[in-house]
Amino acid sequence: MHKIVYKKELAPKTVMLKVEAPWIARKIQPGQFIIVRLDEHGERIPLSISGWDAEAGTLRLIVVGVGYTSNKMIALNEGDSILDVVGPLGRHTHLPEGGAAVMIGGGYGTGAIIPSALEQRKAGRRVVGIVGARTKELVLLEDDLRAACADVFVTTDDGSYGRKGLVTDALKDIIDNEDVGAVLAVGPVPMMRAVSELTKPHNIPTMVSLNAIMVDGTGMCGACRVTVGGKIRFACYDGPDFDGHLVDYKELTMRQRTYLKQEAKAMEVFNRESAGRTATP
Amino acid sequence: MEAKDLTPRQRMQIPRQSMPEQKPEIRRTNFNEVPLGYDEQTAITEADRCIKCKVPHCIDGCPVNIDIPGFLELITRGEFAAAARKIKETNVLPAVCGRVCPQENQCEAVCVVGKKYKPVAIGRLERFVADYERTHNLVVDPVKPKQTGCKIAVVGSGPAGLTVASEMARRGHQVVVYEALHQPGGVLFYGIPRFRLPGDVIKSELEYLKKMGVEIHVNTVIGKLATPAELMKDMGFDAVFLGTGAGLPRFPNVPGQNFNGIYSANEYLTRLNLMRADRFPEAITPLHCGKRVAVFGAGNTAMDGARTSIRMGPESVTVYYRRTREEAPARTEELEHAIQEGVKFEWLTAPLEFYGDDNFFVKGARLQRMKLGEPDESGRRRPVPMEGSEFDIEVDTVVFALGFGVNPLILEAAPDLKTNRWGIVEADKETGMTSIDGVFAGGDIITGGATVILAMGQAKIAARGMHNWLINKKGLDMPRELPPESATHAKSKTAKV
Ligand SMILES: Cc1cc2nc3c(=O)[nH]c(=O)nc-3n(C[C@H](O)[C@H](O)[C@H](O)COP(=O)(O)OP(=O)(O)OC[C@H]3O[C@@H](n4cnc5c(N)ncnc54)[C@H](O)[C@@H]3O)c2cc1C
Ligand SMILES: Cc1cc2nc3c(=O)[nH]c(=O)nc-3n(C[C@H](O)[C@H](O)[C@H](O)COP(=O)(O)OP(=O)(O)OC[C@H]3O[C@@H](n4cnc5c(N)ncnc54)[C@H](O)[C@@H]3O)c2cc1C
Ligand code: SF4
Ligand code: SF4
Ligand code: FES
Repeated sequence: MHKIVYKKELAPKTVMLKVEAPWIARKIQPGQFIIVRLDEHGERIPLSISGWDAEAGTLRLIVVGVGYTSNKMIALNEGDSILDVVGPLGRHTHLPEGGAAVMIGGGYGTGAIIPSALEQRKAGRRVVGIVGARTKELVLLEDDLRAACADVFVTTDDGSYGRKGLVTDALKDIIDNEDVGAVLAVGPVPMMRAVSELTKPHNIPTMVSLNAIMVDGTGMCGACRVTVGGKIRFACYDGPDFDGHLVDYKELTMRQRTYLKQEAKAMEVFNRESAGRTATP
Repeated sequence: MEAKDLTPRQRMQIPRQSMPEQKPEIRRTNFNEVPLGYDEQTAITEADRCIKCKVPHCIDGCPVNIDIPGFLELITRGEFAAAARKIKETNVLPAVCGRVCPQENQCEAVCVVGKKYKPVAIGRLERFVADYERTHNLVVDPVKPKQTGCKIAVVGSGPAGLTVASEMARRGHQVVVYEALHQPGGVLFYGIPRFRLPGDVIKSELEYLKKMGVEIHVNTVIGKLATPAELMKDMGFDAVFLGTGAGLPRFPNVPGQNFNGIYSANEYLTRLNLMRADRFPEAITPLHCGKRVAVFGAGNTAMDGARTSIRMGPESVTVYYRRTREEAPARTEELEHAIQEGVKFEWLTAPLEFYGDDNFFVKGARLQRMKLGEPDESGRRRPVPMEGSEFDIEVDTVVFALGFGVNPLILEAAPDLKTNRWGIVEADKETGMTSIDGVFAGGDIITGGATVILAMGQAKIAARGMHNWLINKKGLDMPRELPPESATHAKSKTAKV
């Protein structure tokens, strides 16, 4: 059992949790992820790490409620426990040296890029952050990112905060103005794809963290297979970071939609269960 | 006439006792165990068929050399729990092996009675006594031996890991098992379906291990949390056993193999057996099982994929295999059960391409007929494509059961570990030690996908090797152990999975 020792709401349906997992907290490196299973009947879902405290033995997670399990997870409170936490899984993010590193986050991805940003900065590199969101209240972790980056640019689709536009608009300006040696993008697939398309003609090495559907997370099942450079790779084992210029994004997007029907049914169950909870105090 | 007065001839003439089973039309709608087991009288009658050979070949046929006539004799006397204990002297998982061993290639293949009649049903009797002991609560708690002070880490909790754990605990060493998944048991739990191996059988074996003082830590991925070297250097383990299996799924490398609805058998079976997708949405892990299921391969894994699919209620389930039934590596019983349950078979057929619909779901496949050519390295005749024999099928769920490679995760964390060109770990045949001093290995990681009982046999060798190694290394005041006489000339055929 892994106790939740801290919870904070960051935005609607988005929480920050700190969870006890001492051994993982001593071992995890930027870019690696964990898999959690909330309870006996639960599904195994992968989550990135937005930070950790090796001494306190905790991991910091950013969870966005999108379906059954993530919604159930964001409803948990301090003092509650999670049945299973497995990790660290996947590989340490590796970015080529030289020039500035641009870290781009969307949604929970903003949390996921923070450990890498800190690491790059510690290594003496100039790190620039970009956070994108639909609207102001969904901009996550801006302060944390500012603490890890020399500069941070915020974009919102509706212009309610920062620059109106997409993360790629901000990235274009950075590329025009300075020597960018590497880009890391973590977030929704369309965002990672757009970033990769932008950097490709400039030959800027670009890593993206692929959120394929996973089960075991150790390379045993092949659920998370993605096509990169024409070859099958397992996102959990070979990744989750891959060369953004080589990823078959269409396949990834379509594979993510495998269980849409079942997911809708699971949400009905979730809604029934949570209605039950609020009805009986 | 009293059974004990029977002549060998009369014994052999007793017909082999059949085991009642759930009827195919009923069992294909549930996940309950298919064979229902012997009752006491049937078990005694079956055990009476053994003629108590002076040189019991059956013992050599068993990779762990169970004293088969010994336990059969106890059954004939009605001493069922004693029979179970007798088996447990050499095999810690009798209820498992009695169910899943390919007996027809092992102990029963060499049973003398089988030369003229049908062999003694050794596996069924093994299962019977183990079940009897468990369901009558006759399992006696193990006595904890004097502790040696040595600490052993076992990586992986499949049959190999569990066997080493019990063997080492029995010798007085402290054992910690690390398992990557949230449930121990390895393939026994995530691969083999509950209608072949009920969960409470595995759970009771795990309870027994815990009572021996073995600690089992789940959710612990060795290689990521600690390398084998770190286990010894930083965490105080004196020796390490690697029993991580051969869990790397193979894909056929044909166009369209990543469409939705196309699974490796590992994923398909894990979703069902470990995550209980059959109970969705009560258990919340989903599975896509359509109307027409195609399974590729013909080993036990393929049979499990096909028989599990049948239970999800599709219109049809078909197994496609590029060789013939003769070469199919599955156990005869599994094949027969699959046929009885309505699984169809297309021999000499291989996939060329898969087609998808607009939503990226598989909707069809192009297949090709094969014929058998010259024998290959494995001695089996190589399938050769027949030009112009391509044909299309409609299909909406595909399961690949094409064999396994060794999961490289642990290998990467121990770069000094010597492997052959297929990534299979090399271990000394007599001691089980790998190329790293103090690191031992056994099971599928050193064979690349074999059987439960072979994994256990290797685990026993590794446990003895490890024990002797510890005696030297730590100067323990204990006698060195020699391999049992019969193990040196064991010549059981191995079954491919
Ligand atoms: C490497 C990686 C890191 C991730 N990091 C985070 C994170 O830090 N914070 C966060 O909120 N989310 C993260 N995700 C996504 C998160 O795993 C999914 O949101 C979650 O699994 C959805 O489950 P659900 O039951 O709530 O929703 P569902 O309704 O079941 O699914 C919603 C969508 O999530 C995806 N999904 C469903 N099941 C899985 C699964 N088992 N594995 C992966 N994706 C799945 C599918 O695309 C699906 O359409 C990450 C995913 C990956 C692969
Ligand atoms: C579907 C299926 C059906 C089968 N049917 C039969 C049958 O009927 N009869 C028969 O005799 N054989 C059968 N087999 C084969 C048999 O199950 C295997 O030969 C046997 O399980 C091998 O045992 P093992 O202990 O070596 O490995 P496994 O059973 O594979 O166990 C390995 C364990 O190690 C864990 N692990 C892996 N990596 C790590 C890590 N880095 N850290 C921690 N833990 C790790 C895995 O999660 C797993 O639990 C079948 C196999 C399959 C897949
Ligand atoms: S363990 Fe397997 S091979 Fe050995 S006696 Fe039992 S059924 Fe036969
Ligand atoms: S070979 Fe057959 S008959 Fe002979 S002892 Fe073994 S089980 Fe009995
Ligand atoms: S999640 Fe199973 S192989 Fe990646």
